Amino acid sequence: MRRLPVRLRRAGLPYLLLLPALLLELLVHLVPMVIGVAMSFKELTHLFLGNWGAAPWKALGNYRISVDVHAPVGAALLHSFWVTCVFSVLAVGLCWLLGTAAAVFLQEDFRGRGLLRAVFLTPYALPVYAAVITWAFMFQRDNGLVNHVLHDQLHLTDGRPFWLLGDNSFYALLAVAVWKTWPFAFLVVMAALQNIPKDLYEAAALDGAGRLRQLRRITLPALRPVNQVLVLVLFLWTFNDFNTPYVLFGKAAPKAADLLSVHIYQASFATWNFGTGSAMSVLLLLFLLVVTAGYLLATSRGRKHADG
Amino acid sequence: MADLTARTPPPTARRRSPTAGARSAAARRRSPNAPPRSFLWARRIFLTALTGFVLLPVYVMLSSSLKPLSDVSGAFHWLPSELTVRPYLDIWRTVPLVRYFTNSLIVAGSATVCSVVIAVFAAYAVSRYRFRGKRLFTVTVLSTQMFPGILFLLPLFLIYVNIGNATGLALYGSRGGLILTYLTFSLPFSIWMLAGYFASVPRELDEAAYVDGCGALGALFRIVVPAALPGIVAVAVYAFMTAWGEVLFASVMTNDTTRTLSIGLQGYSTQNDVYWNQVMAASLVVSVPVVAGFLLLQRYLVAGLTAGAVK
Repeated sequence: MRRLPVRLRRAGLPYLLLLPALLLELLVHLVPMVIGVAMSFKELTHLFLGNWGAAPWKALGNYRISVDVHAPVGAALLHSFWVTCVFSVLAVGLCWLLGTAAAVFLQEDFRGRGLLRAVFLTPYALPVYAAVITWAFMFQRDNGLVNHVLHDQLHLTDGRPFWLLGDNSFYALLAVAVWKTWPFAFLVVMAALQNIPKDLYEAAALDGAGRLRQLRRITLPALRPVNQVLVLVLFLWTFNDFNTPYVLFGKAAPKAADLLSVHIYQASFATWNFGTGSAMSVLLLLFLLVVTAGYLLATSRGRKHADG
Repeated sequence: MADLTARTPPPTARRRSPTAGARSAAARRRSPNAPPRSFLWARRIFLTALTGFVLLPVYVMLSSSLKPLSDVSGAFHWLPSELTVRPYLDIWRTVPLVRYFTNSLIVAGSATVCSVVIAVFAAYAVSRYRFRGKRLFTVTVLSTQMFPGILFLLPLFLIYVNIGNATGLALYGSRGGLILTYLTFSLPFSIWMLAGYFASVPRELDEAAYVDGCGALGALFRIVVPAALPGIVAVAVYAFMTAWGEVLFASVMTNDTTRTLSIGLQGYSTQNDVYWNQVMAASLVVSVPVVAGFLLLQRYLVAGLTAGAVK
């Protein structure tokens, strides 16, 4: 190293610094992904788990099973896909709405602002399983808070509905996911609001613009670039979320709340059919890549357009 | 929990003099942009409702953890019929909570240390040097964050089982194997967030160090790391938090002796009974360390998260 010419040493240094990270990236990301794709072309059942090289080649068979919507496996996957899409769109929308509203209301200083900020960040800080287990308790049919309030105290429901079984499970999952994720939107929007110059609001007020007009004309336009990233990140998180449904419902989620991550997990480990599970994972990844690329293209074109 | 949040000093709280009310009233009259009454009411109502929504589970956690079993088995009541700390004593005996705690601590701690140390070097290279393949590297690191965990779970599981069969090395079910899988998510965001923090340390400082005879590593450890230390600590806390709450890999890659808290807490439900008061007490106990760390460091975390999300 010492004997190398200075220029070469300089040129090599960044790679040397990256080396540990590159090796680990290779180990935990690239190799598993290559193997994951290879697995998806094989008939990989429990018989071949210990020696997966010997599993029979299946070509596109796993993919054909996954996308054949007239057969049970494909139909269930398609259903889970739609549930995940609707769920993600609703969750992202609600998280964004709550986060933005809270950040805008906390933009000006008032007594208790700092305390509220800490309170609002609490769901984000709590370990997922501890928080979601508490929600699972609240959604219990006989001894949960939700039915106590809705039925015993407000008399809004006939009898005590199930929240963790059947169609209601979708709403239960949505409530928990929004509760857990909205503080992130709050955090990001709050930080972005600090970069808007105060004089803009003062000038607008002098021109007679009220709060709503200031929100529409100053705050929201200034948030646009941040929102574009925020919405994408929130979407990817909710779309890929495994922890929330798994802790809320256990190994097999009810049909109405069967998110893709849990569905693929269940399809792989309940039947030990890793080939099909891998094919589903690859399809999920392709879908996310297409959505992300399309979204980034659309938003960057919009930005160029806006810049003139 | 609620208690803990209350005791944390609000970061933006101002000391109020007795005349503060009068002064702010006067200021409000002068300011052209004083909030109208309707805005104040909308804010009050919205913030109260949101606080209720946010703190509801925290209240349930705290109050249920102080109830006797008969209280949590019957219909829900807002207040305990009698206050008891028994659940806090029983949680350690019903399941081997100490062992789960130790496992979680070792796994989350090691994953944090590994990813932060490796990310410090990588982030320094990314923030200070131009080199071929830099864009490819940053794009790869960033995009792996969007990949679903399930994508890595299946192949890693298979790799571990096969390595175990071939060499007798027990990666599957071991803490080491779990730590390695946790790097799939903690390494990319550590690199990403640290690169943001390092970029905010002025380059002139490095150059001054070079003039004083430091090499690149000298500049990194004497100048950049100390200057970005709050950021590094925040990244570490965030990495630890994420690993502490992880469920997917832990549910597959652990066995009886290496089980972490995220899976171990399920042990409070038996065939016939769920000891909800103990579940809530244990949830509270495992939450306190990370919530305290988070609230103490939230300001640095906010800076890093937004730097990563916005740029």
